[in-house]
This record gives sequence, structure tokens and C-alpha cells, in this order.
Amino acid sequence: MRVNITVNGRPYEADDVWEGESLLYVLRERMGLPGSKNACEQGECGSCTVRLDGVPVCACLVAAGQAEGREVVTVEGLADHARQRSTHTAGAVRPGGPGAGRTGEPEVRPAEPEAIHSGEPGTGHPVEPEPSRPGQVAPLAPVQQAFIDAGAVQCGFCTPGLLVAADELLERTPDPSDADIREALSGNLCRCTGYEKILDAVRLAAARTGKAV
Amino acid sequence: MAADRTASAPAALTQATGATRGTIGESTLRPDGTLKVTGEFAYSSDLWHEDMLWGFTLRSPHAHAAIRSIDTAAALALPGVYAVMTHDDLPAETHYGLEIRDQPVLAKDRVRYHGEPVAIVAADHPETARRAAARIAVEYEELPLVVDEATATAPGAPLLHPGRRDHHAAHAPHPNIVHRQPVLRGDVAAARARADVVVRRDYEVGMQDQAFLGPESGLAVPAEDGGVDLYIATQWLHVDRDQLAPVLGLPADKVRLTLSGVGGAFGAREDLSMQAHACLLALRTGKPVKIVYNRYESFFGHVHRHPAKLTYEHGASRDGTLLYVQCRIVLDGGAYASSSPAVVGNAASLSIGPYVVENVDVEAIALYSNNPPCGAMRGFGAVQACFAYEAQMDAVAAELGLDPVEFRQRNAMSQGATMPTGQLVDSPAPVAELLRRVKALPMPPERAWEAAGGPVDVRALPGGLSNTTHGEAVVRGVGYAVGIKNVGFSEGFDDYSTARIRLEVIGGEPVALVHTAMAEVGQGGVTVHAQIARTELGVGRITIHPADTRVGSAGSTSASRQTYMTGGAVRHTCEAVREEVLRRGRERFGASHPAWAEPARLRLADGKVVTDGGEVIGDLAGILGDEAIDLEREFRHRPTEPFDLRTGQGFGHVQYSFCAHRAVVEVDTELGLVKVVELAAAQDVGKAINPLSVVGQIQGGSTQGLGLAVMEEIVVSADGARVRNPSFTDYLIPTILDTPAMPVEVLELADDNAPYGLRGVGEAPTLSSTPAVVAAIRAATGLPLKRVPVRPEHLTGT
Repeated sequence: MRVNITVNGRPYEADDVWEGESLLYVLRERMGLPGSKNACEQGECGSCTVRLDGVPVCACLVAAGQAEGREVVTVEGLADHARQRSTHTAGAVRPGGPGAGRTGEPEVRPAEPEAIHSGEPGTGHPVEPEPSRPGQVAPLAPVQQAFIDAGAVQCGFCTPGLLVAADELLERTPDPSDADIREALSGNLCRCTGYEKILDAVRLAAARTGKAV
Repeated sequence: MAADRTASAPAALTQATGATRGTIGESTLRPDGTLKVTGEFAYSSDLWHEDMLWGFTLRSPHAHAAIRSIDTAAALALPGVYAVMTHDDLPAETHYGLEIRDQPVLAKDRVRYHGEPVAIVAADHPETARRAAARIAVEYEELPLVVDEATATAPGAPLLHPGRRDHHAAHAPHPNIVHRQPVLRGDVAAARARADVVVRRDYEVGMQDQAFLGPESGLAVPAEDGGVDLYIATQWLHVDRDQLAPVLGLPADKVRLTLSGVGGAFGAREDLSMQAHACLLALRTGKPVKIVYNRYESFFGHVHRHPAKLTYEHGASRDGTLLYVQCRIVLDGGAYASSSPAVVGNAASLSIGPYVVENVDVEAIALYSNNPPCGAMRGFGAVQACFAYEAQMDAVAAELGLDPVEFRQRNAMSQGATMPTGQLVDSPAPVAELLRRVKALPMPPERAWEAAGGPVDVRALPGGLSNTTHGEAVVRGVGYAVGIKNVGFSEGFDDYSTARIRLEVIGGEPVALVHTAMAEVGQGGVTVHAQIARTELGVGRITIHPADTRVGSAGSTSASRQTYMTGGAVRHTCEAVREEVLRRGRERFGASHPAWAEPARLRLADGKVVTDGGEVIGDLAGILGDEAIDLEREFRHRPTEPFDLRTGQGFGHVQYSFCAHRAVVEVDTELGLVKVVELAAAQDVGKAINPLSVVGQIQGGSTQGLGLAVMEEIVVSADGARVRNPSFTDYLIPTILDTPAMPVEVLELADDNAPYGLRGVGEAPTLSSTPAVVAAIRAATGLPLKRVPVRPEHLTGT
């Protein structure tokens, strides 16, 4: 079947989708958006958390057909999503402010030799070409920068799902208590960090965003 | 579109500029952080290649069975299927293994554990591959099971590996015992006669799983030279290659491995999983083949932590001096050896804990059985022992009427102590101090859930939002524990690491390229390598080359060894590069300043050559011109030796690390629910190269220990050795609701033998958190609790 989904604000269509394919599979393998992770594919770990019409869901538990005609936000679109939100909420984010700590970092070349790609689209493709961004570095969403700064990223496999969930929490509850954070992130497993630095990161994102208002 | 994304990634990273910030001792941020928070970081399951196929593995439903026949015709007939392979299709060697090559690539005439690979399929869609595998008809005949020590060593017991000829076989007391290591010192019988208090108890540790989040996965691409390129998530590229090449029938130089993004490891990626299968299918079909395990398969695809049965007897005098320890540790290694022999060596040599005991009688063994294969997991043999000896320390203290922390401190080892193996502890061993530190931390408030007279906050109670209690039957307990872990590979292993450094001037600015084969599995090695290179070379811009087999081996990302070993290799190589810089500078500019004649007085800083008085006498750009310096060097730690097979004596370990925990728990005694309120840690790290990462490692390790204490166990059915809970629905790991506040105290007492004085960090916190949590539950409930994980029924007696 053909599936049409708006992902991160852009319309996509994918052909020859099997009825049994999940939204996660279509995003990762057909649309070339592997940011949502495939850790359990049974709705237990939250690594594939995306927003479906604004609501956080495990993309692995959504049949691709269920997403027909709907809006999906993945980790790849989180920075844009936050930026759009901040333009609606006057002065909520200071571009470049949270990024000030990013100096002196070494460069890492991802392990992608010629012809090996991360999540090249299969049959799916964007309906409109992506606008080119030559040399432009997109600022991260506050919660993304806070995860880096607070040391909340180790292996990082849980990070995309946690970021989508945490960003949604901060959208709803700009100044969450620790109990609020724990409740909102209780569906996202992390095996590396012990969560303490993830709590730090969400607190940091909340504080930075709040300060700017 | 993907190309566009990858093109934008380096741009996001190179905005960092020349300042020499981020040297050792600073909390430099991860270089891969931006890629990881934007979803651009390429994990092994994200890889894609034009025209690639998907592989799938058919696994045994039985724990022990003879294979009578395999019929693959129906699978091959399915449209979209490109290859089906069984044992009969293997081109060369049929077995691999880390220490003993006893593990079949695909089972031949017998399966020895539930989930053993029997056949592999390549197809054009993952679902097609799965359906094809389901069409393979395998005729099994079930065989009698070996599930524990009694069934392994009973007369007439089925032998897991009849006719084994490995180097442990000769001295193993039974063919179903992989390895046995005693440790004997002093005179236990005489000490027992003098003891005022004797405590003898049995303990049991369940089978824990590493449960990393990124599933086993990789992409094998056949190459034009007849070889294969494998993009893989692993812990040790070179040892994978060395096992793969014979199995593929290829020379080592035609099997090239490149590390792709690794979503956690914790020991589970030390053994091969899908590596050989993907390469075999790629070579057979001539097409790239990707294999990605789902979570169910992942539980069968890697080794687990050895479950253990332990018997401990401690004797002490009335004044609180430990007189002797006698113990026996039985580790279940499952169907194949994996790293069981080394796990036995660790369990035996670290079995007494960080205490001074003159009289010791230890025996540790690992069994072959039809249970799932067990091998490396964070803590590696020291975890099981620590649970038992720390429970014993509490029990003996209670018998003596002593405070458990004070009793530990009286017997704590310190620098200059002798291990039960006879090895001198020749670097700081601040065991008593670590305990003092965790004990001195302020306690979390009591009954926080009923604060301020408002409604009870059930979120802070055992059971949480399931609203099982409002605090009626909730009691608090506090427990302490401390542990000792070795760092690096032991027992005479030639443990080395390699680094290649290229220093050149690009755009007028010196840049250092660091190339190692170290597996970055999340621990932050890439961060510390950059910090070390920046410190040693005084260069702001550092580029980390992808890890691959085109450079010498870095050894494994395990045994808490990579900052020590590959960090040491980076420093060692930087020193060689610096010498070369100074040699070239002396050649060209030696006449300009007398300090050039004294290289010992010179260092590199901010891209300049500087004297110890701070005078700049040259700059890298001028010295190097357009000629790069490109050097590769190996680094070794001081040599160790094997333990004597009869007495366990020997200088077996490179370095020890120590961590102490205090756990505060609240237990609902009616429902048997436990809430860990706080888990405080104190650890000596020698030198915190990156304090932020160090604390992250300690908290993460503590959480895995918490998991073992109260929830994590692979349940194997007693009747059939079948895994009952291969899913995140049924194998529980701690969530953010299960994990408490974790204050961390970091000590930095330098080990003079180690680079920068550092001490491996990753594993020690996993040891003591388990016994600390269980001690706290004992303190709350008064129950003996001799088994982990502690389950609700253990607390309610139901």
C-alpha cells in the first residue's frame, strides 16, 4: 500500500508498504530517518518515541497505515519543532545561548565509508526536495543541547526517544518537578547513565528556557 | 537527503576552534554528542547499502537435542530468498570462541542450548527472511539435560564437549567443568580452631543480562578482492577479525572491520553474535547483507552474566579481626566456554573482597551445562563474589555486635596489603576511607512522601503511581558495601593497545589525527583520547579517526581498561610525536636558541614549543611546514603472571579499583515492594581524566547493580533449560522511577604505575551496589535474603 505521512513538517510518501510494517520501520527503512531507534520494537523501551499529531507514541507500536495523513515529529525534526514553538512563544529560546559551551570539541567522522549510508531511503521519498542549507549549522533544541552539556548522553541509543519525550514534557510543563520528570520519562529505558544526568539535563533545559522568557 | 544530512554533520562539529581547551582533568563534552542528540549518529542497525539483503537466524527451540535432519527446500523456494545456509555450507573452520574454539558457527548434529543458531537466511525484506526461516524443517531428538553442578558431574552425565582438548581440559576435575581455580594461603583449620565467631551461609546470584539498548547488528559487504568489509558494533575489532577469518576461509587481511555506532555493550559484545553469519551470507550471495536482531533474539544472541551458587564461611575473633575465609563459588558457564576461564580466575582471586585475611581456602569453578552461554558482563566474576562476601561481613558484624561499617574498616586492606594470591597491593587502596565517605554523606529525609501535612505523594512510595500503599507498612533500611575489582586483562595475558597519531598543519593551524581501533561503546573513550592528545601535543584541533582494523589492535573495551590502555597508547604515541617535533625543530632552528639543545626542558603548548620557563622558542606550523608526522606505537601495562593452578598464588592483576556504596531503601512489607530512596557511591579513580564522564560511569554502574539486586534475571525453566523471559516486558531493567538520587564522591589517589595515575572506573561501581541495596532491605525487614534478585515473594514469604 501507499502511505502518506507528514514528517517533521514535510510530506512523504512510501510505496509497497506491507500491512504489517510499523511506523518505525517506514521511518527508518523507507524514509531514511533512522533517528528513531529500534531497541525493543515492542513498546517497552521508548527508544522510538515520536510525536503523532503532537502525542508521544512508540513508533514501533503504530502500524504505518495508522499514520496515514497525520503529522509526525521525530528527533530529526526536534530542533525545528522547538524553534517554531519559540517563535510562537515570544523569546522562549535564545539561539546560540545554550550552544556556547561547544568549543574545543574534537571532530568525529562517523563510520560511513563510500556507499554506506545511515538510513538511505528505500522506496519512500520526500514529495518536495529538501531546502538546501549550505554551511549552515542548525541550532539544537534546548533539550538537545542540555543533554550534551549535562553528560546525559553515553552510548546515546536511548537519547532520541528521551529527547522527544522530554521536549514534549517541557512544552506541557515548562518548570517540571523531579517527580514530573520521572513520570514523563518512565517509559524510556536507558542502560548507560543511571538517569541522574538525564534528570540534570531536563532541569537544565527547563532553567535555560525559563530564564530566557 | 541522507547524503545531505551526513554532509551537514561534520560542519556541526568543526565549528569548534583552536583554543587548547578540553585537556585532561576537564569535563570536556562528547565529540559525538551533537550527532547523537540529532539522530544523525550511525548505529550499526542504521546502516544501509544499495541492493542490500537482510539476514535472519533460525535458532533451536530445545536446550539439548540431536539434529536428525534439516530441510531447507521450502525456505529457498520462497520468492525474495537469496540464500539459506546450514552447517554443511560452511567454507572452512566451523567453530570459534574467545578462549576455546568450541562454539559452532551453525549447529551440526547437536544443539546445546535454547536459541543456538541452526541455519541462516538472506532475503530482500526482513519479514521475508523471517518467514523463510520458519519454513526450514529441522528434525530434533531431545537429549538429557545438564543444568547444574549435580547433573554436570553425576556418573554417566552427558558430556557437553566430549573429547575436549583445550588447554584447561587437562587439569579440569571433570569434562563438564570448564576451569577450576583454587586459592590457598595460610592455615584455615588452625584459624577455625581459634575463631570466636563462625558464620557459614549459602548464596545464589541469578543470571543477569547486559541488556544494552542497541541490538546486535551490522552490515557485511563483499569486496572485489574476494574479501569482506564488515561494519559492526563490537567491543574488540581485532579479536572479532581473528575469529572470523578462519571461519570464512579468508586470510586476515581480507577481513576488514570498521566500528559502527555501538548502543552499549557491558561485555555482551565480546563474543561474536551475527558477525560470521552476515559475512557468510554476503560472501555466498555476493551482496551486502545486514542483520539486526530484534529484542527477543538479542537475549539469545549474546552471553550473560554467570549465575552463581556460593558457599562462604567466615571466622573472626571477638575483637573483630577476620581470621579466615573459606569459600566455594560455582559459576554456570552454559553450553560454550566463552570467557568462563577468566571469569573463574577473577572470582577466585577477588573472592575475599578488599580485606586482609591471612588464612584463605577458595575454590571457584565454571560448569559446562545446557543453560545459555555465559561470559563477560561488567564486573566479570567479581560481582557474584561481592554479593556473598559483603553479606557475610554484615552477618559476622552482627554476630560480634559490631557496626557493619566499623567491622569492615577494621579489616580493610590498604596500600601494602597482601592479596590472598600473594600479590602486593602496591598502590593506594582507600577502602576504609571510601566507606567513611559514603557514611558521612547526609541522609535523605525520612518519609518524604508525607511531607508538609499535605496529601501523601504516592509517587515516592514503593509501588509508585500504582497506588499500592499510602505508607502504612513501609519501613526504611540502610546498607553498606564495598568491593574490589581488577583493571585490565590479567593472568599473564599480553594486553596491549595501539595508537596512530598524525600531526600536520592544515590551513596554517596544527591538527592532530588520532587513529585507534578502540571500540567506543558509549563510555567516552573518544572524549578522553582527544583530551590526552590535546594535553600532550598542545594542539587545539583534534580529529578522531573511525576505529577500524587498518590500525593495530586496541584490545577490548572491557575490564575497565580502555582509558588506561588506549589512553596510555595515545599518550605514548604523542610522546613519540613530540620527540620528532623537537628533533625537526632542533635541526632547523637549533642555532636560534640554546634551549633547543635540552629537549627535556621543552613542551608543546598552544601550538608552540615552550621552555619550562614559559619562553616560546618555535611554533608547530613553522617546524612542520607541509611535512606531517605520522607515527604508530604500542603500549603495554606491566606484565602479570598466571595464577598457580594448585595454590592460586601469583602476580595476576595489573591494578585494583575500589568503590563503596550506601543504599537507603523503603520496603512495603505487606506487598514486598522495594523503593531504593538513595544510592550513594564513593570511588577512587586515581585521576579523573574527565570528571563528568567518571560520575556518569559510576552512576550507570551503580544502576546495573541495583537492577541485579531487585529485578534483573533471565529465568531459565528448571524442566527444560528454556529461557522464559526474552523481552523487555519480562526481563526488567531499572527505569527512571526505579532509580534514586545517586550522590557520588570521587577520590583521586594516583596509582604511580598507571598513565596519569588513573584507575579504571567502569566496573567497580557495579560490584558493591547490589550487596548495599540488599543489606538495606535486610536492615528494613530482618530477613536473611541470600539470593538476588530479591523478589516480592522473598519479602512476603508467599
